Amino acid sequence: MNAIFKIIELIKSFLLEIGELSYFAGRFFRESFRRPFEFKEFLRQCFYMGNRSLLLVAVTGFIIGLVFTLQSRPTLLEFGAVSWMPSMVSISIIREIGPIITALICAGRIGSGIGAELGSMRVTEQIDAMEVSGTNPFKYLVVTRIMATTLMLPLLVFFGDAIALFGSYLVENVKGHVSFLLYFNQVFNALEFGDLIPATIKSFFFGFAIGLVGCFKGYYCKKGTAGVGVAANSAVVYTSMLLFIIDFIAVFVTNIFYDL
Amino acid sequence: MSTNIQERKIIIEIKDLKKSYGDNHVLNGFNMTLHEGENLVIMGKSGSGKSVMIKCLIGLETADSGSIMVMGEQIGELSRTTLDEIRTEIGFLFQGSALYDSMTVRENLEFPLRRHTKKFGVLKDTTPLVMQALENVGLAHAVNLMPAELSGGMKRRIALARTLILQPKIILYDEPTTGLDPITAKEILILMKSIQEKYNTSSIIITHDVDCARVISNRMILLVEGINYAEGTFDELSTSTDPKVQAFFK
Repeated sequence: MNAIFKIIELIKSFLLEIGELSYFAGRFFRESFRRPFEFKEFLRQCFYMGNRSLLLVAVTGFIIGLVFTLQSRPTLLEFGAVSWMPSMVSISIIREIGPIITALICAGRIGSGIGAELGSMRVTEQIDAMEVSGTNPFKYLVVTRIMATTLMLPLLVFFGDAIALFGSYLVENVKGHVSFLLYFNQVFNALEFGDLIPATIKSFFFGFAIGLVGCFKGYYCKKGTAGVGVAANSAVVYTSMLLFIIDFIAVFVTNIFYDL
Repeated sequence: MSTNIQERKIIIEIKDLKKSYGDNHVLNGFNMTLHEGENLVIMGKSGSGKSVMIKCLIGLETADSGSIMVMGEQIGELSRTTLDEIRTEIGFLFQGSALYDSMTVRENLEFPLRRHTKKFGVLKDTTPLVMQALENVGLAHAVNLMPAELSGGMKRRIALARTLILQPKIILYDEPTTGLDPITAKEILILMKSIQEKYNTSSIIITHDVDCARVISNRMILLVEGINYAEGTFDELSTSTDPKVQAFFK
């Protein structure tokens, strides 16, 4: 009986959290269109999130391209289909691997950062101090961050995709003596707008989810400094789950519009 | 002096303020008035509702019932814009200073100015206001430092400068000397007194510190179990025979 009550409580708190998150998202949209616009802070956040994630995204993208090609090559060789490598790698990376891996990395790097930053601002009363100084902290801290992640993630995905394809080309060049021009000619021949557009739209949603959950967890952080750790941690866990759900929905919707 | 102040205009009036968190009844009908130019000290044990009361006063918390009038405006009924305008007339010194970690001292002081063009006009150069506020607290040389580079006492002074930059009529101090060594605490008290004399501000000071109360108060309220248990000047309360009142001065 106790277990049933516990399960009911868990479901209740989960639904409550979903409700609060939806309300938070609604408030974001309301505040986004109201003056004054915190344009300077938005640019600062774009720079902070974009520029400082570049190296991590580049290294991860490069390794993924490299490993993916190395692992697939023997199988394609066996079937005599190694010339399909650039097409296969490019479609996989552009459609799926690039956006989801970059989003997961950014969830760890940016989402936890936002959760911890806003959480520590909450527990040290910095958010209250903004409020009493007559500045809307939601607009200044939350709206700018969510907008910045939404805009920067697709750019990071493009960058990560390019580096991953370059990593893949290096393997092909070393193992199969394929030239840069030939490799990328095949890459662009294989790709269509039907691959790029859904992936880009999906990346915007990924960015929005990272910013939204990070800000939500940090903004409502409780229980002192211990709560800051919880906020950062749960921001990453919730965002990762949400990313896979968005990805699933995106593939489903894409399937309707494009014949995959 | 105290009698004169009591005859001045009332700028804050709290009536029958109640606030609970679940079953925890923090404020049970608190009443208070603050007069122009008055320094009112509110003392109470930890958890007696002092900080909650001050947060209700500035609109950071919503009261369950009761009324809070600040300069003739009912706080609970104001729109966000009007509340923000009222807030420019109220400075708040937080217990932990609450300086913005990611900003320099200059940016911390400039931050409140950005939104209040009605009061100051559109400022192209905020340097004179920033430097004046810093000079008031004796820390003009710290203008380009980050909060992490400041000592506890310096942080408290910078926070005070940040509250002063909007030239408020009322300053709320939430435990201004807590966590400071006796010498720094004394310096902060002298600073608070000099600011009050210079700008003729009214203040509500929440504290546990008897020395702070003795130095700065015109009037005191002892908050016990969410109500104002006793009220009077420092001398009146410190010589009281009531054991509950005496406990504060031991």
